[in-house]
Amino acid sequence: MKALVWQATNRLGVERVPDPELLLPSDAIVRVTSTAICGSDLHLLDGYIPTMERGDILGHEFMGEVVEVGRDVRRLRVGDRVVVPFNLACGICDPCSRGLYSACDNSNPNHQMAEALYGAVSSSGLFGYSHLYGGYAGGQAQYVRVPFADRGGFKIESDLRDEQVLFLTDIFPTGYQAAENCGIVPGRDVVAVFGAGPVGQFAVRSAQMLGAAHVIVIDRVPERLRMAAACGAQTINYEDEDVLLALLESTGGRGPDHVIDAVGLEAHGHGPGAFEDTVKQKMRLTFDRITALRWAIMSCAKGGTVSMPGVYGGLVDKLPLGAAFAKGLTFKMGQTHTHRYVEPLLGKIEAGQIDPSFVITHRASLDDAPELYKTFRDKKDGCIKVVLDPWGTTRSAAKS
Amino acid sequence: MTSSVGRESEAGQAFGPSGKNRAGANLQPVERLVTGTAAAGLLFYSLRGGLGRQLGLGLPGLALAYMAVQGRNPLATALKIDQKDGAVQIRQAVTVDRPADELYALWRNLERLPEWMSHLKQVEVLHSGTSRWTAEGPVGPVQWNATLTADEPGQRIAWASVPGSGLENSGEVLFRAAPGNRGTELVVRLEYRPPAGTTGAVFARIRGQEPAQQLREDLTRFKRIQELGFVPTTEGQSSGRASSDVQSASRGGQ
Repeated sequence: MKALVWQATNRLGVERVPDPELLLPSDAIVRVTSTAICGSDLHLLDGYIPTMERGDILGHEFMGEVVEVGRDVRRLRVGDRVVVPFNLACGICDPCSRGLYSACDNSNPNHQMAEALYGAVSSSGLFGYSHLYGGYAGGQAQYVRVPFADRGGFKIESDLRDEQVLFLTDIFPTGYQAAENCGIVPGRDVVAVFGAGPVGQFAVRSAQMLGAAHVIVIDRVPERLRMAAACGAQTINYEDEDVLLALLESTGGRGPDHVIDAVGLEAHGHGPGAFEDTVKQKMRLTFDRITALRWAIMSCAKGGTVSMPGVYGGLVDKLPLGAAFAKGLTFKMGQTHTHRYVEPLLGKIEAGQIDPSFVITHRASLDDAPELYKTFRDKKDGCIKVVLDPWGTTRSAAKS
Repeated sequence: MTSSVGRESEAGQAFGPSGKNRAGANLQPVERLVTGTAAAGLLFYSLRGGLGRQLGLGLPGLALAYMAVQGRNPLATALKIDQKDGAVQIRQAVTVDRPADELYALWRNLERLPEWMSHLKQVEVLHSGTSRWTAEGPVGPVQWNATLTADEPGQRIAWASVPGSGLENSGEVLFRAAPGNRGTELVVRLEYRPPAGTTGAVFARIRGQEPAQQLREDLTRFKRIQELGFVPTTEGQSSGRASSDVQSASRGGQ
């Protein structure tokens, strides 16, 4: 089959690899009909996530048709159309039984690596996201092996198109959990979202669904700000304005009640802190560039929440913890417990409350993936979200 | 040695690294003597020769002399080999979502231990209370006879090697209910006296044996078999490694 393979930092390629096979009786094989490039995949391209190996198949946002099931699979049958969350969960362990699926005890075969780096017991395995997270082959391929298939395969029985349900695998639940973590008081709370990328876009719309009185989005890319403005959010371009002043002014001097950092470890931003982060990250003296997080903490109102769906990997310098303490902020963060959200959010899509395909700017075949990773990373050609067809034959990058 | 593991008072003791052992002396008296003698020899010969020889033999000689005087092998400290009175101590814990009685019954059947303890090759129950153990050592199989020193159903199993029967070692497994109906906290403590003292332990580590990590891996595998009935794996999955032209088992994709 064809698959997108990590060859080295900044080098991806579409290669012919063996088709996946059932390795355990609880596995299923899915023929991938649509797969997307996630912002967090860019951290792999750029080499910021350790333990990638040449030949690893990427991709954790995918859906398709079940073509084979192991003998212990009960809920899925050949022919079922499924979306598959980006994280793997056994559904049985103590964290899973409490709905903390991304904290699954049992799904990371390489738990020792994660434990050495992060302490305690490893979190869940992820599709196509380094050996630290289990080394599972990803779904930017024609077929994918889905372990824990009864838990990971969510059937889509309505006639919604792929691109309306594909984002249930990651970015819609991720934006939704980020907003839910804020504990928004409907009709009262103001929410600011740093980063108008795909997760930021879903965080904005989720905050609105949860009743935020006002939502403000901060970014520097005009088309991303326009996409957020299209649903009624106020926008701030940090290259044109002083972010902290603009947020204070927009909130009567209080600051936003909750701030969502949908940027993570490769923040751009500017000022001496941002420059120092960039230099240190290039020299491997620090893992993460945290401009967005610093702004989030500094702008947040007293007693507010800093919600962090953006990915962080290691240690950070100059975190304004004193400001967080002085204002009594609450921090909520971590990988999304995707399994918890797939069905409720599918309900919202079926009810017509949201059509997640609004975020797609590029549709192409898997062959175009290496090039589109770079287009997406460099925010060229108005690129916000790329959806790939693993079976498309022509080089047909179509901008919508 | 058995006394330190077998004592009832330690059963519920807090679980954490024992800093005082790491900082203190870890060399056995014999090892100190050998190290000191080697140091004296190197220093003696370093005096008869040119600068190269003086440095080449003198510096290692000084390092060994320092180790002998301090009674401490800095490599063992750097490798985090946890020791007490010359015995290597290994401790790990895992929470398994199963009742204590059930887990106790599995561990009490000593002959099954090699199923999840990867360093063990075989355990043979000889007669009531005595068993013959075979383990994988850094240079080949190691054997010893052991007796049970404690057997409290649903709570604790402890064993110790019979003096003079091979590798001097002991171990215990504690089973206690995890708060909030979360199953059983399983604590495993192993203690052994490496045949060549601290030097032997450092040698084993350099040969790639990492007993504490191995035990953690074993306990995680045990938990997963108990909870899931299988161990998750990626062994044998497809990738782009050494397979760029493999087309076997193709599903007919282009």
